[in-house]
Amino acid sequence: MALYNDIVMDHFLNPKNVGEIDNPDGTGIYGSPVCGDMMQIQIKVEGETITDAKFKTFGCGSAIASSSMATSMIIGKTIEEALEITNKQIIDELGGLPPVKVHCSVLADKAIKNAIYDYAQKNNKYYKALEGYDPEADEDDEHGEVEE
Amino acid sequence: MRNVYLDYSATTPVKEEVLKEMIPYFTEKFGNPSSLYDKGLESKDAVTHAREQVADLINAKPSEVYFTAGGTESDNWALFGTAEKLKSKGNHIITTKIEHHAILHSCAYLEKEGYEVTYLDIDKDGRISLKQLEEAITDKTILISIMLVNNEIGTVQPIKEAAAIAKKHGVLFHTDAVQGLGNVDIDVKDMGVDMMSMSSHKIYGPKGSGALYIRKGVVIDNYLHGGAQENRRRAGTENLTGIVGFGKAAELAKANFKGHVEHCSSLRNYLKDRIISEIPDTYVNGTMENRHPGNLNITFKYIEGESILLLLNQFGISVSTGSACSSTSLEPSHVLTALGVPVEMIHGTVRFTVGDFTTKEDIDYVVDNLKKIVARLREISSVNSKKGW
Repeated sequence: MALYNDIVMDHFLNPKNVGEIDNPDGTGIYGSPVCGDMMQIQIKVEGETITDAKFKTFGCGSAIASSSMATSMIIGKTIEEALEITNKQIIDELGGLPPVKVHCSVLADKAIKNAIYDYAQKNNKYYKALEGYDPEADEDDEHGEVEE
Repeated sequence: MRNVYLDYSATTPVKEEVLKEMIPYFTEKFGNPSSLYDKGLESKDAVTHAREQVADLINAKPSEVYFTAGGTESDNWALFGTAEKLKSKGNHIITTKIEHHAILHSCAYLEKEGYEVTYLDIDKDGRISLKQLEEAITDKTILISIMLVNNEIGTVQPIKEAAAIAKKHGVLFHTDAVQGLGNVDIDVKDMGVDMMSMSSHKIYGPKGSGALYIRKGVVIDNYLHGGAQENRRRAGTENLTGIVGFGKAAELAKANFKGHVEHCSSLRNYLKDRIISEIPDTYVNGTMENRHPGNLNITFKYIEGESILLLLNQFGISVSTGSACSSTSLEPSHVLTALGVPVEMIHGTVRFTVGDFTTKEDIDYVVDNLKKIVARLREISSVNSKKGW
């Protein structure tokens, strides 16, 4: 019995999109080293399409795998489409995460939204999905169902 | 693939000599030690012999050694047995912030039952203050429980001095010696402890077997109730094979003590020297003075422990981590927190423990792979020496 399934392990051992983008159109950071996870996701946007995404993550195996999967999912999508992605979809694409690791997918989701938010702010863009969005909001208080 | 086990503080393999002693007691010598016919007496003799072997390792009388199901039961018995027995005398217990959960969670339970518990701090080296201990004692104090060797950072507590303070104030003294047994000098008479917890599977014996030393004259309540085993103090048919194995493991631990300590400490020091000199931004947690001979606890800055553990596992290397992400509670190590290690650095800690079967080639294999792993994770990490935390 391994801790993670094969898809998660593959994204952890061979993560896609590691790195930083020169002159990114948007940068999103979420989490902090004190919490044990901190992600940075950067995006390149042409027209309304995300043409590239890169990440840097301090964190556990599932945090790295979630970053890899999340960046892979948004490349080629329009901003509107990327904003529709939920942490549940990231988990599903990864074939599932252990309950205590669900928050890693939340982090990746937040980091993407923060990158897009940054892009929207810099370019005076309006997206309905970002209405009232708070990039600092702590949505990581749910650690999933932990069986005692 | 090579397999390198560097988690001897978690558990140890059963040594061949130990297993050989145990095997007949599964099959032909299976009698119940309480039975009065020869087949029972043969088993009873085996338990008696094992009791002598364990007593010999810690310089106790055999009649002071009570076999249990392991370290956790021994810790629970010492705490609950004392609390119940002395509840008319007082309700205050003193322990430390860095105990094993078998002590800490038992204390938390007792707090719910109306007992008061003082948790002693540790200094930057990982040691308690004897002054703080003495100041914490009140006329309601019934028990002091301080671990001999810490399981995460390997630091050894001044048990002899602490026990002397307890004695001066007429308070019972218990020590959890699960990590210390076979690894540091233990002489219960010289240390002056009233009770001491031990476990077999940390000294190359089988799991599910341990003992509580209770000094002659010390009376605490029973924890398991039933038959008249263990001189009427611990009920339940004896774990015969487990006890025989523990006895043999204790005999070997005594005979090999000097060699074991030298072997472990020289390889542990070699591991430490290579990691510290070859991997930047790495720190040792806890003092290297007076420490478990096989224990090394290292913080790798800017990366997270579970990632390190998983990647080492890909190379057949087994270690453990103090990172919150690796625990189901998502709480960072209480020991490293008490030691004052910043939380972001606790996430990057790895505990290595070398043992009797570790070789120099193993250490080289581990460090060579560790260097690559740490470099790779730092490349991925969103924090680094330039950006800082």
